[in-house]
Amino acid sequence: MNELEVTLRVNGESRVARCEQRTTLADFLRGKLGLTGTHLGCEHGVCGACTVLVDGASARSCLMLAVQAQGQEITTIEGLGTPENPHLLMRAFSEMHGLQCGFCTPGFILSAHEYLREHPRPDRESMRTELSGNICRCTGYVKIFEAVERAAEMMAETEGASS
Amino acid sequence: MTWVGQRVARKEDLPLVTGTGTYVPDFDLPGTLEVAFVRSPLAHARITAIDTSEALAAPGVVAVFTGPDIRGKVHSLVLDQEAAPPGLETAEPEIYPATIEMLADGEVRHVGQAVAAIVADDRYHAEDGAELVRVDYEELPAALDPEAARLPGAPVVFDNVPNNVQARYRIRVGDTDRALAEAEHKLAMTVRSQRVMASPMETRGVLATTVGEETTVWSSTQIPWWVRNSIAASIGVPQRLIRVRIPHMGGGFGVKVNVYPEEVLVTYISRLLERPVRWVEDRAEHMVASGHARDQLHHVEAAYDGLGRITAIRDRFVLDSGVACPYPLSSAYNVASHFRSMYKIPNFAIDSECVLTHKMFNLPYRGAGRPEAAFVMDRVINAVAQDLDLDPADVIRRNLIGDDEQPFRMGMPYRDGTEVVYDATGFPAAFERLLELVGYDEHRRTQSELRTRGVHRGIGLSTYVEGTGVGPFESGQLQIDADGRVVVYSGCAPHGQGLETTMSQVVADAFGIDPQAVIFKAGDTALMPYGAGTFASRSAVTASAAIIESSNRLLKRIKGLAGELLEVASDDLEVVGGEVRAVGVPGRSVTLKEIYRSATPGPGARLPEGTDAGTIDTFYWVPPTVTWGFGVVGAIVEVDAETGVVDLKKIVMLHDCGRVINPLIVEGQIEGGLVQGIGATLYEHVVYDESGQPRATTFLDYLLPTSAEVPDIVQEHLEGIPSARNPLGVKGVGESGPISPPAAIANAIIDALKPLKIELNELPLSPATVAAAIERAGG
Repeated sequence: MNELEVTLRVNGESRVARCEQRTTLADFLRGKLGLTGTHLGCEHGVCGACTVLVDGASARSCLMLAVQAQGQEITTIEGLGTPENPHLLMRAFSEMHGLQCGFCTPGFILSAHEYLREHPRPDRESMRTELSGNICRCTGYVKIFEAVERAAEMMAETEGASS
Repeated sequence: MTWVGQRVARKEDLPLVTGTGTYVPDFDLPGTLEVAFVRSPLAHARITAIDTSEALAAPGVVAVFTGPDIRGKVHSLVLDQEAAPPGLETAEPEIYPATIEMLADGEVRHVGQAVAAIVADDRYHAEDGAELVRVDYEELPAALDPEAARLPGAPVVFDNVPNNVQARYRIRVGDTDRALAEAEHKLAMTVRSQRVMASPMETRGVLATTVGEETTVWSSTQIPWWVRNSIAASIGVPQRLIRVRIPHMGGGFGVKVNVYPEEVLVTYISRLLERPVRWVEDRAEHMVASGHARDQLHHVEAAYDGLGRITAIRDRFVLDSGVACPYPLSSAYNVASHFRSMYKIPNFAIDSECVLTHKMFNLPYRGAGRPEAAFVMDRVINAVAQDLDLDPADVIRRNLIGDDEQPFRMGMPYRDGTEVVYDATGFPAAFERLLELVGYDEHRRTQSELRTRGVHRGIGLSTYVEGTGVGPFESGQLQIDADGRVVVYSGCAPHGQGLETTMSQVVADAFGIDPQAVIFKAGDTALMPYGAGTFASRSAVTASAAIIESSNRLLKRIKGLAGELLEVASDDLEVVGGEVRAVGVPGRSVTLKEIYRSATPGPGARLPEGTDAGTIDTFYWVPPTVTWGFGVVGAIVEVDAETGVVDLKKIVMLHDCGRVINPLIVEGQIEGGLVQGIGATLYEHVVYDESGQPRATTFLDYLLPTSAEVPDIVQEHLEGIPSARNPLGVKGVGESGPISPPAAIANAIIDALKPLKIELNELPLSPATVAAAIERAGG
């Protein structure tokens, strides 16, 4: 099959690679760019493990072709934080035990990131609905809620300290 | 301070939260070939022709394998790991080994069975190739209903299993026939637990890479040693040439506790082609080619007196095994040994058959027979209450084993062949506390008034016991490395349970160091000759015991070595903070690093008389039998009496798991387990149609609970007595969450609609099921 050149801005950097038209964004990120923090749980758009941010909005990278993302700004879990400098959400998930096997975690953290941007003061009711696009089979979600609340607290403290 | 018991955040989290973990699909080995499978579209058929020529000519395709291609080279697995142990004779078990075929050869036996393997330079090309394989089938009649499949004349799944009954057992305690004949009151019910799947978020996957004659197999499995042994046996190579390791794993819950054809085939292909070869299951495959679970139909009778005291239970059940039941003891026998839960029921008879059908095979899934047993038992309790017009809470009270009756003997063997004797106490107190936490008395006072306002609120109750920490054994190895670090190897296979953290806490206490300083490794067959794995609520119990015993051995060795260096009697030494100190003599100490050096073989070694070189000790823990956890669960629901929609408001669980190593992790296990239990109660169902076609092949048909479905969860750890059956006093907890929700929620719905006296004996409790029950009751 014909290959095309796809150029994306990924985690703030311009990245170029060739792929077939049918290559999904998830396979492109994982296979061509080596960003394996984006996980594939169902490949039919239900589980949310492959969630990334496309121009700031959460999207299922398993249902989107890489060519559709041409020229767009993609944020993956690797863009949010690193082992040396983990994002507050990452720290909060660990502190509150918001993960067990960790497979759904990158997608959950990106969804939670979007949620907190819209709800800096999280409440359980909106969280239940807004985070229901990501499936976790391990935690029963309770400690994920607590992790998101903890992250909001930490973010507020950080802002408070810097203002 | 003691680390065991502390709420320690997990050591394993950093790579997982930052997306830098390494799951099977994440490896990037140069030259890796990817495999896709052609799978049977039919439940039962003869393969009359396979043409792979077009596939072989497709771009990127390197090789294609069919059943005939591997005949005599890759053998079917004949699994007999659950042959009956000594001590189980009274159950009269008859168990045939389970056959797991590698690639279908001449006949397919379920939809999803692997027929051909396509190997290509990438997954897209492998799938293109799979589409080009032509298979001609001649459809054969399929055995699909297990009750019918066990009768003469039914289609046969495997010739070596007469009447498709792969396993059967019977238990007789007391004189059930007589108790039923003389009973004041009796009832009979048919109760079904549906077919479900564990559904870990990561599917299965395996990557094999061969260098010289050795192959390293990275597999998403709960049982690396068994996988190694089975691969070696199937392809006819010595075990030492196969090393199985688990990378990061996205959950298991039982579905990864079997050896699968793909693990064997990928290894075989890697050895043949001398290339790294990988297969990553997609979700559609997972739903038809990874083990299902439960699927039990029970016919139960109960005898009881006018106070609701149950005098006898007789149960006959069939387990729909699909093409295999590799764990008949865990899947079916567990039902018998957990059936009577916390109740003193003197007469008990149960007959079980695991019947083969043309469906995907049946594996133990989190709870393994216990949720099915609890659903039958506590539906019976509730039905007794309904029949006698008693409060279900009173019926439970009148049947509970009292503290003065402990340790209670159940009069039958556990699946390990040892008599079931509960090593727990406090059932009545736990139950009363549950009633308090769910607001039972208040509910009874307000229920009718709420009903007049159209609010149908109900509370349902369930109890469970859980034999945990089963054998056959677990391994632990402790060593001091060249840097003076404490290194622990374990035969367990962690995949989300937090064992790196909890086992590090255990080692930290033994060596007087911080858990962060402990190096923990597990799930690698090269570490130790023997290991078991992580399943059956066993790792916290068995791995900790093996680690503690090997720590004790190593501590003794270290003190001997230090005594030699310090010229102090080893009884006067303590190991703390990375060194060995003479008690009460400040400054007189030696570091573990120096001890390592002193024990290094060679002329520089300074070894006490009779001590071998090295700073390493191993222990294989063989548990005396299981240790019994227990718990009580209450569910609060509101039901829409028109539509049958159930609004699960709250679930409360109290549980005993002996000594808690890490409360944070135990809470996570309970919450996750409860929510899986909620899924299996209200939503999840693997449906096969009348031609053996699976109807649940996506997450749109197989509904997992999301955050929107989670009720308020309240839990309390009971201050139970520590187990005396292992050194730490722990009991397993991993499987306890899902056991009671089906019974508790069903009973809650019935309570909400109390005046209608509905019956709910079939899972899942979908709106349609509940609405139908309301209609049957004339509501």
